Amino acid sequence: MSLIEGRTGSWEVIIGLEVHAQVISNAKLFSGAATAFGAEPNTQVSTVDAAFPGMLPVINRICVEQAVRTGLGLKAEINLVSVFDRKNYFYADLPAGYQISQYTRPIVGKGEIVLDMADGSTRTIGITRLHLEQDAGKSLHDQHAEYTYVDLNRAGIALMEIVSEPDLRTAEEAGAYLKKLRSILRYLGTCDGNMEEGSMRCDCNVSVRKPGAPLGTRCEIKNVNSIRYVMQAIEHEARRQVEIIEDGGKIDQETRLFDANKGVTRPMRSKEHAHDYRYFPDPDLLPLVLDGKWVDGIRKGLPELPDAKKTRFESALGLSAYNASVLVAEKESADLYESALAAVAKAAPGQPKAKLAVDVANLVMGDYFAALNASGKSIADFQVTPAMLAELLVLQYDNTISGRLAKDVFAAMVETGKSPSALVEERGLKQVTDTGAIDGAIDAVLKANGDKVAEYRSGKDKLFGFFVGQVMKATQGKANPALVNERLKQKLAG
Amino acid sequence: MALDKATVARIATLARIKVPESDLERLAGELSGILTWIEQLNEVSTDGVEPMASVAEMTLPMREDKVTDGGQPEKILANAPQQALGFFLVPKVVE
Amino acid sequence: MAALTDLTIAEARAGLRKKEFSARDLAEAHIAAVAETRQLNAYLVETPERALEMAKRSDEKLARGQGGALEGMPLAIKDLFCTEGIPTTAGSRILGGFTPPYESTVTAKLWAAGAVMLGKVNMDEFAMGSSNTTSAYGAVENPWRRRGDNRPLVPGGSSGGSAAAVAARTALGATGTDTGGSIRQPASFAGIVGIKPTYGRCSRWGIVAFASSLDQAGPMTRSVRDAAIMLGAMAGHDPKDSTSAPLPVPDFEAALTGDIRGMKIGNPREYRLDGMPAEIEQLWQQGISWLKAAGAEPVDISLKMTKYALPAYYIIAPAEASSNLARYDGVRFGLRVPGESLDEMYEATRAAGFGAEVKRRILIGTYVLSAGYYDAYYLKAQKLRALIAQDFAEAFKTVDAILAPTAPSAAFAIGENSDDPIAMYLNDVFTVPVNLAGLPGISVPAGLSGEGLPLGLQVIGRAFDEATVLKVGDVIERSAGFTAKPQFMAGGRA
Ligand SMILES: [Mg+2]
Ligand SMILES: [Zn+2]
Repeated sequence: MSLIEGRTGSWEVIIGLEVHAQVISNAKLFSGAATAFGAEPNTQVSTVDAAFPGMLPVINRICVEQAVRTGLGLKAEINLVSVFDRKNYFYADLPAGYQISQYTRPIVGKGEIVLDMADGSTRTIGITRLHLEQDAGKSLHDQHAEYTYVDLNRAGIALMEIVSEPDLRTAEEAGAYLKKLRSILRYLGTCDGNMEEGSMRCDCNVSVRKPGAPLGTRCEIKNVNSIRYVMQAIEHEARRQVEIIEDGGKIDQETRLFDANKGVTRPMRSKEHAHDYRYFPDPDLLPLVLDGKWVDGIRKGLPELPDAKKTRFESALGLSAYNASVLVAEKESADLYESALAAVAKAAPGQPKAKLAVDVANLVMGDYFAALNASGKSIADFQVTPAMLAELLVLQYDNTISGRLAKDVFAAMVETGKSPSALVEERGLKQVTDTGAIDGAIDAVLKANGDKVAEYRSGKDKLFGFFVGQVMKATQGKANPALVNERLKQKLAG
Repeated sequence: MALDKATVARIATLARIKVPESDLERLAGELSGILTWIEQLNEVSTDGVEPMASVAEMTLPMREDKVTDGGQPEKILANAPQQALGFFLVPKVVE
Repeated sequence: MAALTDLTIAEARAGLRKKEFSARDLAEAHIAAVAETRQLNAYLVETPERALEMAKRSDEKLARGQGGALEGMPLAIKDLFCTEGIPTTAGSRILGGFTPPYESTVTAKLWAAGAVMLGKVNMDEFAMGSSNTTSAYGAVENPWRRRGDNRPLVPGGSSGGSAAAVAARTALGATGTDTGGSIRQPASFAGIVGIKPTYGRCSRWGIVAFASSLDQAGPMTRSVRDAAIMLGAMAGHDPKDSTSAPLPVPDFEAALTGDIRGMKIGNPREYRLDGMPAEIEQLWQQGISWLKAAGAEPVDISLKMTKYALPAYYIIAPAEASSNLARYDGVRFGLRVPGESLDEMYEATRAAGFGAEVKRRILIGTYVLSAGYYDAYYLKAQKLRALIAQDFAEAFKTVDAILAPTAPSAAFAIGENSDDPIAMYLNDVFTVPVNLAGLPGISVPAGLSGEGLPLGLQVIGRAFDEATVLKVGDVIERSAGFTAKPQFMAGGRA
């Protein structure tokens, strides 16, 4: 168990996360307005979203499908009957004065997420529920001294609120949970997980207790918008609570905000009123009833998710657990790996499958990731494609280039975006396998270093490396190293 | 059930309707009268009765995922008491 | 020939076909009638130019032998219906200055059928009332007076402006809405016909919401045939309203065969109230005799839960209203009263914008949904609603329609019943159960009270069986031979 140390002993931190994940759809949950990010203010707003008099909601089928798909991806129960309720409160960016949400009967019930911890262990975190609800608009408080500016473009976009059990115990686990959840959502294509654009936001419920004691009073930190901030907010909040209790105080159940600049949490002013949301079933909507066969259809169409993929990479491809987990962590890297592997397997059918799987993994996780990270680009935008990676390996398999040269070719690929074969051709990097040329180079080296040849022949075996180096130098590195070794040995043996 | 002034003040705040202190007494009386009359419902045993939220004997119809609306900020803002730069304006909120 | 303003829709339709007059003649006569009767305060907005323009188009269509079911018919529109480009206030100050950028589905259907718009008519604020005295724009006078008493009477409510406009011969018909009796009770008070269709028959899209699970639009006319014609044009499935029934609209006019032989007509014993005026009981008995004479079989039935309909309604309707009216917050449309903070602005705006009855209902609704009271009030009321609906379902196993009074009294004076909300609520004792069960109900003028005021009888039918309701209503109308006219109407005294 991970505990934090206070003056009076150790404390256990209890963390539950509520993630709001924006559903990928063209139109909003209950209106026909668009959902794209970054549009001019109030240009993606219908009279339904702005809650004009007499406007009525009609649900978007794709949003329902996305929620079901996500529920299935979280190995959760799908509730074939669910109900939309109104959550009533006043706020400037909540046009109707209520949010359409699901309270007592959510579309998705209990599920789970398996976390892969840094030490290689796993932790299963319970999912309490997932429900569909409307997003609110956006309030800009810093535009004017007296006014808050309200943009309703986001109002009415479908959100999945995914609630975890209070199973998390450390900020690291909370971070791992969010990474894994985001990865699953991206694999499923139900949320882009982009926290900077607000398409995934996290509320953290944090409390502390002495190990074994009953649960303490919790605080909710609202709308934290990066995984790093979530971890910082939890660290800070847990310490704050421990200090208060150790100083003889008690924790007030309240809603707090994380101030990223100061790294602290503070009470949220607009939530000072005691809330009473007066949930009741939305009379403009009827119970959402799903057909079990339709749900089965979605289940059959689910993509392979990271856990299953990792298992397959280990068992069928023979990758190490570590490599497999790194490759599957993001859908894009897993896809890249698999397409590069497929391409190389096709082009080099003679190579053993297990060797290909490992070679591709090493290339992707080595040179490729290093260059990708240095570039700051996404996999989709990066100029080195899976086909280029495959080609690079094939050039080595058929001895066109050496492993050493491959490094140079890869660097040139990153630099120019050209294919490896084109670069080899263009820069004359083709490996020299002509024994005549190699013999010539060896003869010249031996002739120029007669004293060393004598030393070698008198037993100084270590000089062999020196001769290899000289020959490679003479051939600008293009000589096939295996051939050089072979011919050199013969010639030195004299 | 008799509502006291504090309760009326609380629900008026929830409903965001300003009620002057001088009206609380009268409102408490009126609302209590209505609630007491409503409470005759308690004469009926409703154990095991499924609550009826809607008479519509249907399930929720679904719409296709098509963009059919939006793109008319002028229309959305035309009735606004206060607007600027394409935004609705409200008194400044401190979060 | 009768004055153009004294025609029924069916008669005007025949006259237009025979070219006895033009749509323009009809429009002009009604525009003049509207102007002549302004003292009733029935119209909030007059749209004479729009009427003439629409009439011109009707004449063009008629000349080509085209035209819809309501071609050229001048109608008044309850101010609860959003009308594109024409101010819509729902009788409230809080919607002062609001001009909808859209047209309600029902009015759009009326215009598509060729109807001509005379203006927007007064109503109880947000349709909350039974007397049209809660309008922010002043009370409406009933065109009828008690014999030998010139005190102005209420037209009933909430569709009081609609009832007065039609009774005073300023429009051939009007739209109304009925949440707890708001079409039928004013129809009874004003000596006209009003039908509340089955919940789901007319789209609610674009109608300012009061209580979404109860609200229904319907026609108010001077004959049952006119109601059938107009309802045919208003009804129909609307994909923009999730509660709209996906059913075809039958030919309601064709149902008016006068043949009710063998039909079983239920007489609910619980509708005999203590203290109900004897003349209402007598009229009801008269109605039973008429139907019997026409070959129907009267059947005594029991609707045990009748007594609980009103208190259940006064939980459900205010609860929904408290949420539906949250959108009137001074941000996107309507009234704003400035405030130092957002909450102050909300509170000042809503205090100034809503009248006393609306505030009372919002507060009741907020209370019954609030934490700790939901089960005792809201859930209890929903259970009673189920029992009330069950009563009707049981009755309709044996009967084809139910006959009852529309209201427990004739029209009362403006100011009467005004200091006791519950006394006012009791006006709807016979109509509210029908809304809770979602059934169709019609009020047909059947006789005069001792004071010379009209009294209506109500026919209630099975869900989506408006045809039977209209058929039985038509027989009542034929039998009653109601020809009395109000004291105050366009074109002078009858
Ligand atoms: Mg939450
Ligand atoms: Zn939420």
